[in-house]
Amino acid sequence: MAASEASTATSFRHAFGGVLSFFILILIGVLAFSIRLFSVIKYESVIHEFDPYFNYRVTQFLTKNGIYDFWNWFDDRTWYPLGRVIGGTVYPGLTLTAGTLWWILNSLNIPLSVETVCVFTAPIFSAFASWATYLLTKEVKGAGAGLTAAVLLAMVPSYISRSVAGSYDNEAVAIFALIFTFFLYIKTLNTGSLFYATLNALSYFYMVCSWGGYTFIINLIPMHALLCIVTGRYSSRLYIAYAPLVVLGTLLAALVPVVGFNAVMTSEHFASFLVFIIIHVVALVYYIKGILSPKMFKVAVTLVLSAGLIVCFAVVAILVALVASSPTKGWSGRSLSLLDPTYASKYIPIIASVSEHQPPTWPSYFMDINVLAFLVPAGIIACFLPLSDASSFVVLYIVTSVYFSGVMVRLMLVLAPAACIMSGIALSEAFDTLTRSIKFQLPGNSGGNSEANAGDASSASAGALNDVIKADKAEETAKERPSRKSKKKEREPVEKPQRNPRNERKLLVLPFEASIVGIILLVMLGAFYVVHCVWAAAEAYSAPSIVLTSHSHDGLHVFDDFREAYAWLSHNTEVDDKVASWWDYGYQTTAMANRTVIVDNNTWNNTHIATVGTAMSSPEKAAWEIFNSLDVKYVLVVFGGLVGYPSDDINKFLWMVRIGGGVFPHIKEPDYLRDGQYRIDSQATSTMLNCLMYKLSYYRFVETDGKAFDRVRRTEIGKKNFKLTHFEEVFTTHHWMVRIYKLKPPKNRLRGKAKKSKSKTSSASSSKRSGKRTRNPWQ
Amino acid sequence: MARSTGDDAQALFHSLRSAYAATPKNLKIIDLYVAFAVFTALIQVVYMALVGSFPFNSFLSGFLSCIGTAVLAVCLRIQVNKENKEFKDLPPERAFADFVLCNLVLHLVIMNFLG
Repeated sequence: MAASEASTATSFRHAFGGVLSFFILILIGVLAFSIRLFSVIKYESVIHEFDPYFNYRVTQFLTKNGIYDFWNWFDDRTWYPLGRVIGGTVYPGLTLTAGTLWWILNSLNIPLSVETVCVFTAPIFSAFASWATYLLTKEVKGAGAGLTAAVLLAMVPSYISRSVAGSYDNEAVAIFALIFTFFLYIKTLNTGSLFYATLNALSYFYMVCSWGGYTFIINLIPMHALLCIVTGRYSSRLYIAYAPLVVLGTLLAALVPVVGFNAVMTSEHFASFLVFIIIHVVALVYYIKGILSPKMFKVAVTLVLSAGLIVCFAVVAILVALVASSPTKGWSGRSLSLLDPTYASKYIPIIASVSEHQPPTWPSYFMDINVLAFLVPAGIIACFLPLSDASSFVVLYIVTSVYFSGVMVRLMLVLAPAACIMSGIALSEAFDTLTRSIKFQLPGNSGGNSEANAGDASSASAGALNDVIKADKAEETAKERPSRKSKKKEREPVEKPQRNPRNERKLLVLPFEASIVGIILLVMLGAFYVVHCVWAAAEAYSAPSIVLTSHSHDGLHVFDDFREAYAWLSHNTEVDDKVASWWDYGYQTTAMANRTVIVDNNTWNNTHIATVGTAMSSPEKAAWEIFNSLDVKYVLVVFGGLVGYPSDDINKFLWMVRIGGGVFPHIKEPDYLRDGQYRIDSQATSTMLNCLMYKLSYYRFVETDGKAFDRVRRTEIGKKNFKLTHFEEVFTTHHWMVRIYKLKPPKNRLRGKAKKSKSKTSSASSSKRSGKRTRNPWQ
Repeated sequence: MARSTGDDAQALFHSLRSAYAATPKNLKIIDLYVAFAVFTALIQVVYMALVGSFPFNSFLSGFLSCIGTAVLAVCLRIQVNKENKEFKDLPPERAFADFVLCNLVLHLVIMNFLG
C-alpha cells in the first residue's frame, strides 16, 4: 500500500516535471527569439552587413525561378567579365531553408515577403538551437543540466552577434545543425541504435550544406573516437556511431557541389578515413580476442605484430609521400590559417585583411561569453565525475573550440555552445548539491539523516563550486578535506562532534545556511549574466551596418547614405552599366542597386581584386585605362571624413596597395608611406596625393568647411584644390559618405600631328627606360 | 624458431577455425555478405587502376556503396549477435528494420551521385 502510494507519488512528480520542462522549453524558445529582435525595434526590419545581402539576392532568385534554375545559375552580374557559378560555389543550406519556409508560408496563404522571411530566419533557428542544446546536454548529464544549458545558449552574446534578426548569414542555421548533429552522435553512442546513426548522417549532410565549418565536425568526431579507443572505452556502440557516419557522411558531403570531390581528396577529411581504418583494426582485434582462448590470442598477437608491422609501415610511407607531394600538404588555405595562425598574414593577404579573421582580445571573451568563462572549468571537472563517452566528447569539444576561438574572432561562435553546455552542467550540479543539502536538513527530514552527512563538506564538490560561491569561501575552506575517502577527520569547532569512518560513497551535503546563501548567490550570478546579455544584444550587436545613427545634443541623426547611393544607382544608370568599387560593397551593390560589379565579397579571384586595388592606387590616367579595359562606367568610393565614419576606403587603402602590389609589382608600398605610415596630410608622399583613391575621396572636400579637415584622420588634407581630368562626379550622398564618379569618355580628336609624334617618341624612350623599372602592364 | 612459429601459426589457424565454426548460422550468412561486399569493392578498385578514374563520381559511388553495405551489415551482425550483452533487449526485427532503413538512405544517395 505504502509502496504503491510512493510509486504513484513518484510518477505524478515525474509527470509534473515533464510538463514543467515542456513549458520551460517553450519559454526558452520565445526568449531566444525575442532577444534578437532589438534591431528590428530600434531600426527597421532590414538585412544587415554585407554577406547577408548576397544570401538575400540568391534567395530572391530561388523563390522567383525555382530550384533547377538556382542549381544551375551562372551569375553574370558579378566579377565582370568572369562571372560566377553560383550553383557550384555557394553553400545552399541557408537559402534552401529560407526558400522552403517562404514557400510553405505562401502555400498556407500567409503572404510574407522574402525579405521578412530572410530577416527572421536567424531568430527562429536560434530557438531551435536552444532546444538542440537541451537535447544534447540531457544526453550527457540529465534534464536539469539540459534546461540550464538551453537557457544559457538562448542568451549568450557570442551567438546573438551572428544571429540577430536581419543577420541572414550561414551561421544562423549552421549552429543549429552543428548542435543537432552532435546530439544525434551522442544519442547513437549512448543507445547503439542504427536508426539514430542514419539521422546523424542526414543531419551532418544538412550541416555540410550550410557552412564551411562542417570540417570541424568531421575532425572532432574522429578525434573523439580515437580518444575512446585509446582510453580503453571501445565498445560496439562506438563502431555503430562512427563507421556508418563516415561512409554515409562522405557520400552526402560529396553530393553538395561546393564540396564535391574535396570530400575525399583534401586533408581536412583524411582524419576520418584514418580513424575509420583504425577502428576496423581495433574491432577485428576485439572480435578475435573474444573467440580465442587467451593463450592462443597471445600467439596471434606475436605473429601479427611481426608480419603486420612491415605491411603497415609500407602503406603509411606511401600515404605520407602522396600527401607531402602537394605544396600545402593537401590542406586548403583557410584550414592552414586555422592551424598556423601566422600563415595567412605571410601568404594570403586577403584572408589576413578580413577583420573577423583576427585573433580575439582577452576582453572579448568576457564580452562574448561573460559569466560562462568562470563556469566552464567547473563544468569540465563535473564531466569527469563520472567520466562517460558523452562527457569525454563535450570535454574534447570545449578544448578544441577554445583553441580555435583563440585563432579567429569569428570562431568564438563555435565556442559558445560548448561553453553553454559546460556551464549548464556546472550550474546544474551546484544547484543539485545545494538543494539536496537543504532538503536533507529541513526540520521534517533531519531525524534519520543528520548523523550521516551533516557536517561533511567534501572538497571535491566544494572545490568545484569555489569559482562560483566566492563569498562562502571563508566558511567552506574551514571544512575542506583533501580526499573524500579519507578516514581521518580534523576537528572542526563548528561541526557536530560525530565521527563516521566512511567506507561507502556518501552524498554531499553542505550546511543549511551555506546552501541557502549559495543558492541566492547563484541566482544573482544568473541575474548578472542576463543583464549583460540583454545589454549586449541591445547596444552592441544590433546595429545593421547599413544604417548608422548617432546621438547629439539636438536629437538622433540617422545616416542612410548607403541606401541613398544604391537607390540613385538603380534609378539613374542603365541596367547594364558596370560599377567598380572595393570588394566590400560588391554584394550590397548587386542586391540593392542591381548593377553589375567587378569584384565582390566572395574574394575568390585574387588577381581581379588586385586589378581593382592597383587602379585605386594609380594616378588618374592609369586608373582610367584599367577601368576602361574592364568596361567600367561608374566608380564608387566610401568616404567618412565629413562625419567621422571610420570604416571608409581611405582607411582600407593599405590593403588595396598590399593586395595590388602582391600581383602587380609596379605598385610598391613604400611609395605611399611617410615614416612607415599612410598619411593624407601635407606630409603625404606625392604618389599618395596623386592616386585615384585620394582624389576621388577628397574632390571638392575643401568646399565643406573651407579647411578640408578630415574627421577620421584628424588632420587637414594635403592637396586641397585640384581638378579631375578623367572622371566626373555624378553623385555624392547627403553626408558625403558615398561618392559616385563616372568615367569620362576618351576625347574624339587628338590635337593634330604634334601629339602623335610626341607620343611615338615618348613611347620609344619609355621602352628604353622600362628595361630598368618593372613594366606597368597597363601602359 | 621458425619451426615453432610455423607450429604456432598452424595451432592458431586451427583454433580460429574451430571457434568460428561454433558461430550460429545467421551470423555466418551475414559474414558471407560482408565478404562479398568487400570483394566487390576490391574488384572495382582494380578496375579503376586498370582503366583510369574518369568519371570519378561513378567510381566513388560504386566503391563507397560496397563499403557502406559492408559496414551496415557489420552493424547488423553486432546488434543481432546473442553473445553481445549490450544489445540483449533489442529485438532482432528492430535491428533488421534499422538496417533496411540505413541501406535505403545509402542507396538513394548512391543513385543520386552515380551520375
